[in-house]
Amino acid sequence: MFTKILYTFLIGGGICLIGQLLIDLTKLTPARILVGVVSLGVLLGALGLYEPLFDFCGAGVSVPLLGFGGNIAKGVREAVDEQGALGILTGPFTAAAAGCSAALIFGYLAALIFRGGRKTA
Amino acid sequence: MEQNDNSQKDILFSVRRENYAERVKRHTPPSALAPDCLKAFLIGGGISALGELLAFLYRSLSVREEQVYPLVTVTLIFLSALLTGIGVYDRIARHAGAGTLIPVTGFANAVVSPAIDTKSEGPIVGVGAKIFTVAGPVILYATLAGAIYGAIYFLIGIFA
Repeated sequence: MFTKILYTFLIGGGICLIGQLLIDLTKLTPARILVGVVSLGVLLGALGLYEPLFDFCGAGVSVPLLGFGGNIAKGVREAVDEQGALGILTGPFTAAAAGCSAALIFGYLAALIFRGGRKTA
Repeated sequence: MEQNDNSQKDILFSVRRENYAERVKRHTPPSALAPDCLKAFLIGGGISALGELLAFLYRSLSVREEQVYPLVTVTLIFLSALLTGIGVYDRIARHAGAGTLIPVTGFANAVVSPAIDTKSEGPIVGVGAKIFTVAGPVILYATLAGAIYGAIYFLIGIFA
């Protein structure tokens, strides 16, 4: 258990370190970085590289937004296997559904509960 | 008014004469690349390790293996929404940079934060639209990349 958590820490941290280098050295905006990381995740998934990484360090790649992309690649493959061409359209959204819905619903609830404009200090 | 115009022209003129890139360089604070990267590594790694810890917790509660990591993601999104709501996430993010941006908690923060901040603009054009400020591009390009891969995978399946 502790070795797996250690690997998770090192790899998750390493991915963020690379992201920080991108921010500091290239002046990419946060939204661009997120889009880049997700797309990279899809690419890794498509090339079959995401799943071995995921088996090795679980949350180390699934918690960084790479996991979002990796899941989408996996979901699309399964959807195309099951439904043929229609899976091209159903796969990405189905695979992203839990994360997107959670973010939107919790975001909406947070907007109901908490007060905005508290951008002090 | 006229004097104001003149002084603005003077500033523009002096900027144009001096090499602009050099001027920017002179006014940019010295970068703190190494400490930035260390903080991003430690906090990003910490959030990932927390995810793995949650995975062990869910497994011990005999959650089915294929649901463990989706549940971890959802839990982290919930925690991030909560911490964003009470203003703690942004305080950590100021130090952590990519360490709080790249984990899924950063995505959640980028969804929740504009939703809270645009509450006063109303539920439709405020929260409803602005909640997608960052989620929109991420979902669009993730779906696009996924569909492109799906199309390639489908064609390979037909012809190979």
